[in-house]
Amino acid sequence: MMETVTITMKNLPALYLEADNISPDVFAGKTAEQIAGLDVFEGNTTQTLGKYFEVTGKAGATAADTKIVVKGDVKKVKYLGFKMTAGEMLIEESADLYVGAWMKGGKITAKKNVAAFAGLAMKGGELNIEGDAGNYLGTAYRGDWRGMSGGKIHVKGNAGSDIGMYMKGGEIVIDGNIDVHPMTHAEGGRLVVKGNAKSKIGGQSLQGDIIIFGDIEVMMPGFKPVDTVELEIDGKKAKFSHFIGDMGERHKKKKGQVMYMNLYKKL
Amino acid sequence: MTKTITDVICPFCGTLCDDVEVIVSDDGKKLLEVNNACVIGTEKFLHSQAKDRVTRPRMHQEDGSWKEVSYDEAVEYTAQMLAKARKPLMYGWSSTNCEAQSVGNEIAELSRACCDNTAAVCHGTTLIALQDEGLPSCTLGEVKNRADRVIFWGCNPAHAHPRHMSRYSIFPRGFFTGKGQMSRKLIVVDPRTTDTAKMADIHLQVEQGRDYELLNALRVALRGEWLPDEVAGISAEKIREAADILKSGRFGIIFFGMGVTQSISKNHNIDEAIALTKDLNEHTKFSIMPMRGHYNVTGSGEVFAWQFGFPYAVDLTRGFARYNPGDTSSIDLLTRGEIDAMFTIGSDPGAHFPISAVKPIANLPSVCIDPHLTPTSGVSKLHVPVAFNGVETGGNCYRMDNVPIDCRKVVEPPEGMLTDEQFLTKVRDRLKELKGVA
Amino acid sequence: MAEYLIKNGHVFDPVQGIKGDKADVAIKDGKIVDKVGSSAKVIDAKGMTVMAGAVEIHSHIAGPKVNLGRIYRPEDKLFSCTPTHGMERMGGGASIPTTFKTGYEYAKMGYTTAMEAAMPPLFSRHVHEEIRDTPIIDEGAYPVLGNNWFVLEYLRNHEVENTAAYIAWLLKVTKGYAVKVVNPGGTEAWAWGLNCLSIHDPVPYFDITPAQIVRGLIEANEYLGLPHSMHIHPNDLGNPGCYQTTLDTLALAEGLKTHNKFGREQVMHLTHTQFHSYKGTNWADFESGAKEVTDYVNAHKNITIDTGNVTLDETTTMTADGPFEHHLTGLNHLKWANVDVELETAAGVVPYIYSPNISVCAIQWAIGLEIPLMMKDGMRCYITTDHPNAGPFTRYPRVFKWLMSTKAREAQINAFKHKDKVLSQTSIGSLDREITFYELAQMTRAGPAKSLGLSAICGGLKPGMEADVAVYNIDPDKPIANPDDIEKAFSRCAAVFKSGVQVVSNGEIVSNGHKRTLWVDVKTKENAQVKRDISEKFVKYYSVTQNNYEALGHHFVPNPFAIEVDATQV
Repeated sequence: MMETVTITMKNLPALYLEADNISPDVFAGKTAEQIAGLDVFEGNTTQTLGKYFEVTGKAGATAADTKIVVKGDVKKVKYLGFKMTAGEMLIEESADLYVGAWMKGGKITAKKNVAAFAGLAMKGGELNIEGDAGNYLGTAYRGDWRGMSGGKIHVKGNAGSDIGMYMKGGEIVIDGNIDVHPMTHAEGGRLVVKGNAKSKIGGQSLQGDIIIFGDIEVMMPGFKPVDTVELEIDGKKAKFSHFIGDMGERHKKKKGQVMYMNLYKKL
Repeated sequence: MTKTITDVICPFCGTLCDDVEVIVSDDGKKLLEVNNACVIGTEKFLHSQAKDRVTRPRMHQEDGSWKEVSYDEAVEYTAQMLAKARKPLMYGWSSTNCEAQSVGNEIAELSRACCDNTAAVCHGTTLIALQDEGLPSCTLGEVKNRADRVIFWGCNPAHAHPRHMSRYSIFPRGFFTGKGQMSRKLIVVDPRTTDTAKMADIHLQVEQGRDYELLNALRVALRGEWLPDEVAGISAEKIREAADILKSGRFGIIFFGMGVTQSISKNHNIDEAIALTKDLNEHTKFSIMPMRGHYNVTGSGEVFAWQFGFPYAVDLTRGFARYNPGDTSSIDLLTRGEIDAMFTIGSDPGAHFPISAVKPIANLPSVCIDPHLTPTSGVSKLHVPVAFNGVETGGNCYRMDNVPIDCRKVVEPPEGMLTDEQFLTKVRDRLKELKGVA
Repeated sequence: MAEYLIKNGHVFDPVQGIKGDKADVAIKDGKIVDKVGSSAKVIDAKGMTVMAGAVEIHSHIAGPKVNLGRIYRPEDKLFSCTPTHGMERMGGGASIPTTFKTGYEYAKMGYTTAMEAAMPPLFSRHVHEEIRDTPIIDEGAYPVLGNNWFVLEYLRNHEVENTAAYIAWLLKVTKGYAVKVVNPGGTEAWAWGLNCLSIHDPVPYFDITPAQIVRGLIEANEYLGLPHSMHIHPNDLGNPGCYQTTLDTLALAEGLKTHNKFGREQVMHLTHTQFHSYKGTNWADFESGAKEVTDYVNAHKNITIDTGNVTLDETTTMTADGPFEHHLTGLNHLKWANVDVELETAAGVVPYIYSPNISVCAIQWAIGLEIPLMMKDGMRCYITTDHPNAGPFTRYPRVFKWLMSTKAREAQINAFKHKDKVLSQTSIGSLDREITFYELAQMTRAGPAKSLGLSAICGGLKPGMEADVAVYNIDPDKPIANPDDIEKAFSRCAAVFKSGVQVVSNGEIVSNGHKRTLWVDVKTKENAQVKRDISEKFVKYYSVTQNNYEALGHHFVPNPFAIEVDATQV
């Protein structure tokens, strides 16, 4: 049975809080009191979650049965929904770095903005951001060639630079505009941008799909125009110029066919 | 009578020239003359002899004046600051030796600090690219002995690394490069016509901010694929010509600098340049090397890496090491207001950080350890002058190609002055007492 | 210093021929002694196994390429860094641990001596800085010489005496331990993007072949009478069919005898034999050549080998075999780092995943186990993972489990996706030998110590030797119900002593010991030509001056342990 825990920021931290314990997986099976006793970290000190947050309600027996509602000012709270595998989180105000980082399942809805590294190395689940997302959305951890491999990220506002780096699977949809370097080194997955993209799009990528509805300031020279295609996105059909790339890269063959990153730019 | 000391290492830039001669007075107290070094290096040695040098620690007073304090008082302030801080940043390390860096790491571990070096504002992006793409590289002697294709991309060694071209990259006659400069083709990629660009066989005057596209186009050209007529302000024809020159050599090298590491695309520029180098190894032999700035920024990265596992932007606050530039990097920590104490050594963030990152320093408990008066010492609460590393004390340093060279002491520091390592050792010992660690 | 008496343990010591008898081991003033006083601290080892501290003969744990691996693999440390803990500094790294973690992990498994297998001479100061920061274990480092310009030029004319004089000088200035050869000639060829894949491929420009380099270096090594023999990673590593080049290389030692005063019997040590024992012509018909290689080694007493066991992990490969790493990145397309070192050598680094679901990896695993199982003399075959190339050294206990239990091997074989291929391409399925505790002591202690010329110092429990002792919580007299108990017991010692200091108790570090750096100090006759050649090379071709080349003892080698060799009378 789904249970809801509500945590409300009451005492703002002087520094930033690392709250990697705020996830349905950690909360599952715990009472409000037990949750208030969980560790959070302010700088090099270990504190209790209850020092900063008021905790009400209780968690379900499992992560899947647990919904967390985060209220109040969490602009200085990192790691909300870190590594979550199931359940739900609703974050009402803007949150700091690493929202839904390394998440594998479940659903996070952020009603306002999230800072950088949201959905980092995500493997599954849903991450919905109703405001703007920062840089490095759905990207890989430093040095790792295994980036986002599954799940779906949807941003209603704009997103920053370096989204979907080393992406291997899953989908990122941005309703607004994005900054430079989407899908760098991508080996799969799909990025849809309803607004404008700047430049350095799909650089060094091998495979996947990028669909841009708005303008592109500068194309990568490694993307070669091939044809015009009609695509159906969200039930609507439209015509797109189709490019393949990155032609500077080595490309794998699958069943005799060379695989490329496809870039579709709406006509 | 004077004494001549040979094989002296210049503690200025990452070229780490080790053939400098220094003439000192018989008693070893005065440095009289410097030979073989460049103008900047010479100045660095002679600066230690300045008459108005600050030789004792000073505390900033409320009225803005400075009050001289003893080293013991400076140790106490520093240790107390680090013991109390919940998220101190220990930044710099690039103009000191590895021994001091090592003691600094012990302090950082005891105080669970964030620690970072000046890669934060120069080649940190190179390190990120290295982590994504690898790095085919070599030592500078390989360039001297073998290179017949030399590319300077976004750097101007004629001014920033003055002896680089004569010692390693353009002029020297090496084992397989007996004709010196005549053996080598020089390509310079820079939006400006720099003094280095003026020497080039080919100057690719790339449009500002389009290095990533140009590097990509060179890779496309190497594969013989389609290219638009013009990329980054350069014609496809010229790009294909440059690609042919690169692959027709026997041994090539790309040197790059802050023109590409700190302009738009940052790590991606380097990532693509490394990928280009990798591609060129399918045709011939090619290497790539960052033109590291401070003489021992490379060493700081090495010591961080073997002790903590990461080359810069290391966060120890949780009791174990973590790394993710953007979160754990100095400028982000300062501008985001994440830290509550600032410790600076062997660098000048006051001069090199954006103003939004410098302002917070003035409002924090802060210590600046530096032989010079700098913008950073000016905004810090405590300034601790120390002996000049590489002049008044020796110690190990790493050149831009990671070759370790042990610096030499050539003169005595002013009486009673401590070295970085000595001061840090006192801070470490006091911090251990405060933390109750044996 | 405290005295200790380790009582009632089952002792395995090939040096004294003790095969599990209940015996006491006494420690006084850092040495093993016959007896100690009544005030000695008693360690009750009843029902436990007691061996000398283990000796690592080949591992990449300190220096430029190791640190390059650390720098460029943050993902190797993600979520696995460890906090400051008791005596322990922070640590991190799965396949390339930090220096502190390296020392602790070796010590906790009962290792007390380890050799860094490839030191680029120009970077010796870096290697020694890392050794200094690796606690507890004694360490030495082998300078690489198989592509060194001095060596190539001298041996082109078969000038063994000059080569020997140069080696003596190099060991002194780099504080090196032994003569290491990696892909002889091939790494110099790599400076032009080329390679030498057989022992007869000429080295570009230098007009010499790998065969001449190898033979000449053995002769120079024996001319000097160094503690260890020439230690070789042959040409053509890791390619199907490479076993033939390995046999050709081994044959270069034919008829050569050793001259040393350290009790060493071999003239050549072949390292990570697994990587050099491949038959077949491509990755599809890839098969084991372990039988051919071990048959040869079994029949030739002047050779010792180590194994290079694949542990089936994600790891980081790193070697002075520059062209091999370039070849490897072409196979797995992962990030490639390379460093060519002027006049001396090169190194490459590429991450690698030995997946149990890939048939080649599973066959490599089997070959690594076949080699020790086919070797007749445990004193001539030593267990390594060529850390981190075939797997991290922290997996030794798991390798021991596979070697000591057919049941454990069968379980792994059954878990492979391509089990049939493993069984058809190797003979692992028909080998029922189980390595005994005594043989394990030969393969990890007495054997490597003897090969290194350290048999008077470590690798055994004879009175007078260093008190390096490991106590494992496993009873060799009881049948082992679960092979995992072997792995568990060898992972964390009940007690470890290093030079008489207890450094591990119940699997925890209790002292950082007094680690030492082992190096070889050779006295030779004055050789004016070599002296002149050295100074000329520095003036013309090196990028540092000769006076800035040496790793000075006071600074880089704080606790030196110099092994002295007098070659002035040769």
